[in-house]
Amino acid sequence: MDDLLREFLTESAEHLDTVDAELVKFEQDPNNQPILRNIFRLVHTIKGTCGFLGLPRLEALAHAAENLMGRYRDGLPVSSASVSLILATLDRLKAILADLEAGGTEPAGSDADLIEALDAMSQEPAAAAVPVSAPLVVQALQRELKPGEVSLDDLERAFMEAEGPDELPPLAPLAPVAEAPAAVVAAPPVPAAATAPAPAAPAAAAEAKPVEMTPEAEAAAQKNRTIRVNVETLEHLMTMVSELVLTRNQLLEIARRHEDSSYKVPLQRLSHVTAELQDGVMKTRMQPVGNAWQKLPRVVRDLSAELSKGIDLVMLGAETELDRQVLELIKDPLTHMVRNSADHGIESTGERIRAGKPAGGTIRLSAYHEGGTISIEIADDGRGLDLAAIRRKAVDRGIASQADVERMSDSDVAKFIFHAGFSTAQTVTSVSGRGVGMDVVKTNIESIGGMIDIATQRGQGTTFTIKIPLTLAIISALIVEASGQRYAVPQIAVLELVRIEAEGTNRVEHINGAPVLRLRERLLPITSLAGVMQADAAVGDAPISGFVVVAQVGRQRFGILVDEVFHTEEIVVKPMSSKLRHIPLFAGNTILGDGAVVLIVDPNGIARKVGQGAVSSDSATQVDEAAEAALDKATLLVFKGGGSFKAVPLSLVTRIEEIDASKIEWLAGRPLIQYRGKLMPLVPADPAIQIRSQGMQALVVFSDGDRAMGLVVDEIVDIVEDHLNVEIVAERSDLIGSAVLRGRATDIVDVAHFLPLAYDDWARGPRAAKAKNPTLLLVDDSAFFRNLLTPVLKAAGYDVATAAGADEAIARLKADPEISVVVADLEMPGRSGFDLVAEMRKGGGRISALPVIALSGAIGPDSVTRARTLAISDLVAKFDRSGLVAALADLDAAPLDQAA
Amino acid sequence: MQAANTNASEAAVTAGPREYVTVLVGDAMFGLAIERVHDVFVPTGITGVPLAPREIVGLINLRGRVVTALCLRRRLGLPDRAPGAACMAIGLEQGAETFALVTDGVGEVLKLGAETSEPVPINLDARWRNLASGVHRLNGRLLVILDIGALLAFGEALAA
Repeated sequence: MDDLLREFLTESAEHLDTVDAELVKFEQDPNNQPILRNIFRLVHTIKGTCGFLGLPRLEALAHAAENLMGRYRDGLPVSSASVSLILATLDRLKAILADLEAGGTEPAGSDADLIEALDAMSQEPAAAAVPVSAPLVVQALQRELKPGEVSLDDLERAFMEAEGPDELPPLAPLAPVAEAPAAVVAAPPVPAAATAPAPAAPAAAAEAKPVEMTPEAEAAAQKNRTIRVNVETLEHLMTMVSELVLTRNQLLEIARRHEDSSYKVPLQRLSHVTAELQDGVMKTRMQPVGNAWQKLPRVVRDLSAELSKGIDLVMLGAETELDRQVLELIKDPLTHMVRNSADHGIESTGERIRAGKPAGGTIRLSAYHEGGTISIEIADDGRGLDLAAIRRKAVDRGIASQADVERMSDSDVAKFIFHAGFSTAQTVTSVSGRGVGMDVVKTNIESIGGMIDIATQRGQGTTFTIKIPLTLAIISALIVEASGQRYAVPQIAVLELVRIEAEGTNRVEHINGAPVLRLRERLLPITSLAGVMQADAAVGDAPISGFVVVAQVGRQRFGILVDEVFHTEEIVVKPMSSKLRHIPLFAGNTILGDGAVVLIVDPNGIARKVGQGAVSSDSATQVDEAAEAALDKATLLVFKGGGSFKAVPLSLVTRIEEIDASKIEWLAGRPLIQYRGKLMPLVPADPAIQIRSQGMQALVVFSDGDRAMGLVVDEIVDIVEDHLNVEIVAERSDLIGSAVLRGRATDIVDVAHFLPLAYDDWARGPRAAKAKNPTLLLVDDSAFFRNLLTPVLKAAGYDVATAAGADEAIARLKADPEISVVVADLEMPGRSGFDLVAEMRKGGGRISALPVIALSGAIGPDSVTRARTLAISDLVAKFDRSGLVAALADLDAAPLDQAA
Repeated sequence: MQAANTNASEAAVTAGPREYVTVLVGDAMFGLAIERVHDVFVPTGITGVPLAPREIVGLINLRGRVVTALCLRRRLGLPDRAPGAACMAIGLEQGAETFALVTDGVGEVLKLGAETSEPVPINLDARWRNLASGVHRLNGRLLVILDIGALLAFGEALAA
């Protein structure tokens, strides 16, 4: 792609975003000429450039849109339908631009539909049109001045010199023109107004124009003062400055040690300059948060039309700046949350009136700085969250116990909506599949060290507060020491520090070897940093002294035991070496002021370790419970398709979407849709389903790594939690079988059947079924594959227990004598499947004799030899489900052979 | 893939005499192509990385850059040197990252031609065979040329 085209793509994308937002404003305020001029100019620019670059499709479309806007400029009244049409045209333009960016050429296709509609609308007679631009026509005085009258020019000068309290604010480009004359007439110090009231209004109107122009002129001047800089150049600068900061810190440290030094003064100067340089470079990375909000007015407008409720979006603090890297990461979560507020938060108009509220709802988006963080609030004045329902649901779902729920604060309870698969709506038929999305929002925000909080009041509304760091490059960290080594703990995760004594009130107690601390009448699980780092395994029950860093990750609160706490320091985060990146405990490393390299602890990684420790500790009851839960209930998403109820495990579902069917594109006879910047193949859940060509189309989105596919369904019905007991094994390969869910016969869809339809290389094969009921333990680190294989194995006639790793598997095997066969993935982080089998074989007794089938992504001669020495019954490729079922069948046959 | 590339380029240049930095590990002497060597320094203040692959001894601050130090002895499957024994590190770059190869000592730079070069003997231990790209016959001793690409290709592959 040549540079010209690339430049065009960047600029056009920016222009279209601006037009999007401006059009929504224009619809609300059709008399606002500056906005219209701006829109017209931007679309005109796009059209012009397209013609120049030889992009006929874009040009034709932009031309038709420009024509219609030209008609507005001439006074055609603005209707909601026409704005919708232009917005649809902009969407098409964007889609073509996206293809252009991906392919380098304009995609084939016809836009005749849109162009015709646009042309038809431009042809409409403008007879009824009120010429809104009338006040802007500069009226020259047509007659001679009478004695006592003042010339227009004098009047203008007087106006300019008058210092009225009602003077127009110079930076109000959006001030409606129509109001300007009234304001001026009311201004008392205009001497001419008394003598010549007649010409005053036109004069003022004429005057209003230059005032209006000022900001535009300023914007033009501003434009010349900015330049485009490659992001990589900035990133490089940033890295260099970070290095400089570190070197400066080292120098300062040295200077501190040497008392008599002549270089103290220049060093101080260097220190100042470095600090300013750092500030300056940080600023270049800063962008107003408004950039992330640009699309929101459009989103709200569309939703408002679609749901037919009046929603007003108020944005405050759009100029608040934050690091562009952070900005990119919060864009999607913010959009999702605003959609959610509009969709679920704000009640229907009727409901609002009944509740005695204004008919139109308001969503208030505000951003402001607070210390080293930026806070963004999304507040709606809607119905608020039903906390009682959430409490009930949390207990039903088994996420928390009744006692827990009652003790929790309202804000903690509200946070359950961030739990995957948690929905407070009765059904999930709505625009955004709530509950499938909010957990993603939370994960995204937490991944950048942010936090999210909810305040809600029944009937009054809900406010989400997001706190995120201004930048990811420099963080504030607490320096601690454990077993002689220093570590940095990001301050954002730290709630408080508690000093621990070997005896007395603040001491660590143990429950069956698990250390806990009493903290304000609550028990806090403790994990020793040295223990996690495996520096010294012997923590045991010995009295512990030191400090506990109380940390919170998501809803999990835990204590990290360290030997010593030093101070807080602003540190520059350096990425881990590629050889070390697989260790989940570290977020990076940094160089401290004294020149030492320290590792930055990732609180998320520690939190996961804390949880794992609980499972792998040999407290039998825990394991039993977990084992039971694993065999217990499954949460299923029920939908309609092909005339019957179908269901799929909710844990496999990434999102539920309702898309505009007109956006479905057909490439090589296969339906596709642009989804999150990528093309996603669509597959009907049943051959009988017709993919809609208009209106809304419901989709269930599955994804694995980069890939996503959309399962086309007729209607999403419900989320059901039930025992998954496949009663009838289906003849069809797209179904696992049928089960009774909530009293309805429901087909359980085999997602594995659809994946290869979407992507040819997702291998599959036909499945054989067996009727037996032994218990099988499935060991795989990937939740996706566990979920994928569990229904297959159940359908093959096994009760399935699962384990996510070797340690968990061993614990499960010890706890459950029913397990008669093990299916294990060989490639797992930490201890591999081979390690697991080796440990099983070593142990003796029942476990050592269990048959094992190993799954492997790559089967080489090495692994075959190793599998043979470990007496692994069979080695099956990971995606070969039929192979797996056949291997299980062979296992069943083998004992019979021996008996015979 | 990276390793394969370096292999090819190193082999291609063998025509003329080449210079090698020699390093010592126990009694053995190894050669490293001089173009790949950026630094020779005494490693100090090594920060250990818990749970890291065995070959990695830790992280070092090398003039404001954090470099990953790996132990040549461990990489070659040799026993660790006695605690407190002297050591030297060689700074190597691979991609955008810098690594420090910790050895027992660094010797002189040798200029060696094709006439003393021999292919890697086939009876060499598999681990060594993978890391060596050739052997030079010197007066009284042998110099094993190490393939730096192969030397740094570990971690992900071994962890699996």
